[in-house]
Amino acid sequence: MAVSIQHLTKVFGTQRAVNDISFEAEKGRITGFLGPNGAGKSTTMKMATGYIRPTAGQVLIEGLDVTEHPLQTKALTGYLPEHNPLYLDMYVREFLRFIASAYGLKSVGKRVDEMIELVGLQRERGKRLSALSKGYRQRVGLAKALIHNPKVLILDEPTSGLDPNQILEIRQVIKDISVDKTVILSTHIMQEVEAICDHVVIIDRGELVANDQLSVLKEGLNHTNGIIIEFEQPVDQSVFIQAGFEPQPFGASAYLIESDRSDLRAELLRITSENDLPLVSLTKSQQSLEEIFHRLTQKTEA
Amino acid sequence: MISIFLKEVNEFLDSLIAYVVIGVFLIGIGLLMWVFPDTNVLDYGYASMEPLFSLGPYMFMFLIPAITMKSFAEEKRSGTIELLQTLPFRDSQIIMGKFLAGFFLVLFSVLPTIIYYYSLSYLSNPVGNLDTPGIIGSYIGLVFLGGVFTAIGILASALTGNQIVSFILAAFLCFFFYAGFDAVAEINLWADWSYYIAELGIMAHYTSISRGLLDFKDVVYFGSLMALMLLFTQLTLGFGK
Repeated sequence: MAVSIQHLTKVFGTQRAVNDISFEAEKGRITGFLGPNGAGKSTTMKMATGYIRPTAGQVLIEGLDVTEHPLQTKALTGYLPEHNPLYLDMYVREFLRFIASAYGLKSVGKRVDEMIELVGLQRERGKRLSALSKGYRQRVGLAKALIHNPKVLILDEPTSGLDPNQILEIRQVIKDISVDKTVILSTHIMQEVEAICDHVVIIDRGELVANDQLSVLKEGLNHTNGIIIEFEQPVDQSVFIQAGFEPQPFGASAYLIESDRSDLRAELLRITSENDLPLVSLTKSQQSLEEIFHRLTQKTEA
Repeated sequence: MISIFLKEVNEFLDSLIAYVVIGVFLIGIGLLMWVFPDTNVLDYGYASMEPLFSLGPYMFMFLIPAITMKSFAEEKRSGTIELLQTLPFRDSQIIMGKFLAGFFLVLFSVLPTIIYYYSLSYLSNPVGNLDTPGIIGSYIGLVFLGGVFTAIGILASALTGNQIVSFILAAFLCFFFYAGFDAVAEINLWADWSYYIAELGIMAHYTSISRGLLDFKDVVYFGSLMALMLLFTQLTLGFGK
C-alpha cells in the first residue's frame, strides 16, 4: 500500500481530534477524504506529512513510518496544506526555486519552468506572490506540491477559493498526474468527489464513518426509493395518506414520498389524475453523495 | 540548510532589514568612536578602539534582536512554518540556516569597522603604534558575542508568534546574559559566590578575550552558550506537535 494509516490517534489536551482511524490509499487512485468542519481531516493530513506527531498509531508512506524516517517520507510526499501558506514576499519563480533546492533537485530552473507551465502560471511567473489572487496562489501551492514528482500527494482542499473554470482545470491536473501517484485529497465539495475520486473515506468528529469505493458507497445506501412530486401549489396530502404513503414536505409545494416498493411513479400519477391535482413534475430521488455524507455525519450529532 | 540560509539572506536584503541594521550600526559606532566628545578617540588621546568594543555590545543588544525577531515568529504567524517543516529538512537544519543567516549579517556589519584599525594606525604616534593582538582578540570577542546574541534572538523568536514580544524578550535576554550576571553577582547576599556568578555572564569572558588572551575556556563558554540556545530553540519547535 502506498499510504497506510493505522490506528491513528491524536489528542490535543482533553480533545480527541482523531480517534483510531485506519485506512489505506492505493497507487493510481484518488482517495477523497471527507468530513464536516472540525472532523479531524487536516489533523490527519498533518500527521501523514509529519508536521505533527501522532499520539498513537502510525502512518506508512511507501512502507516507511513517517515518525521514524521523516526525511525520506517528506521527500516522497507532496503536500498542499490547508490555507496554503506561502512566502508572500517572494516572487513566483524565486519561491519555486527555493522549494526545488529544498528537495535537492537538479536542473532547478527547468523543473520550475515545467511546473509553471503545468499549473498555468505563465502570465504570473514574474509576479510577487503577494500580488497574486487566491486562485493563482493555490496554483503556486499545487506546483510546490508537485515539483519533486512525489509518489504520494496529500492535498488539503486543493480547489478552495478557485473560480469554476479554475476548479475544472485544477481537477484535470490532479486527475492527469494521479495515474502513477497516490493522491489523497480533502474537500467539502461533494461534486468534486463524484467527479474525480475513486475511493471515499469519511470521518466525523475524529471517527471513521465510511471507507469504501465511491460506487459501492453510493449503491449501499440507495436502498429506499424516493419520489419527489411537485405541484403548482400546495395540495391536500390526505389523498396520498389514504393510499398508504407518507408524504414529507420537500420545498414549498413539493413532497418526498418514500417507500420500499420499486417504482411508485405510475401509481402516484394515477392518484394525481384521479384527484385532478395540478402536477408539475415527478422525479425519482437519486440518493446523492451529499445525502450519504449528511446521513453518515449526522448520526453522531445526537 | 544552504537553501534556508540563502532564503533568509535574500529576505534580509529584500526587506531593507540588512541595510538598516548595518547602516545604523556603522553610523552609531562611527559617531561614538570619532565624533561624540565623551567617547571619541581623538580627544581620548590613546590610540585604542575601546569605544567600539565597549559600546558595540550595547548596540548589538538592540540590532541583533531586530534582525532575528522575524525568523520564527513570522513563520509561525503566517503558517509558513508548516511549509518549512514538511519539506525534507531536519529542525536542526532549519535552525542552523536561520542562525547562520543572522550571524552572517552581524559579521557583515562588523567588517567595515576594520577601516578604523587602519585609520587609528595612521593617527597613532609613532605610526602603527597599536595594540594589535588586543584588537584582534576584541574582534574575536565581538564576533562570539554577536553569535550568542543571534542564538538568543532565534530562541526568543521561536518562543512566540509575535515579533514585538520576540524583540523585547531577545533584547532583555541579551542584556541579562551580557551584564545581568555581573550585576547580580554584586549583591552582597551571595558575596562568597560572586566570582562564579559573574563567570556565568558574557561580560567576564568578553573582557578576558578583549585583552588579547584567547583562553580555551572562554571559547568553550561562548560555543556552549550558543549551542544551548539553539538546542532550546529545537525543543521549542518540537513542543506541542
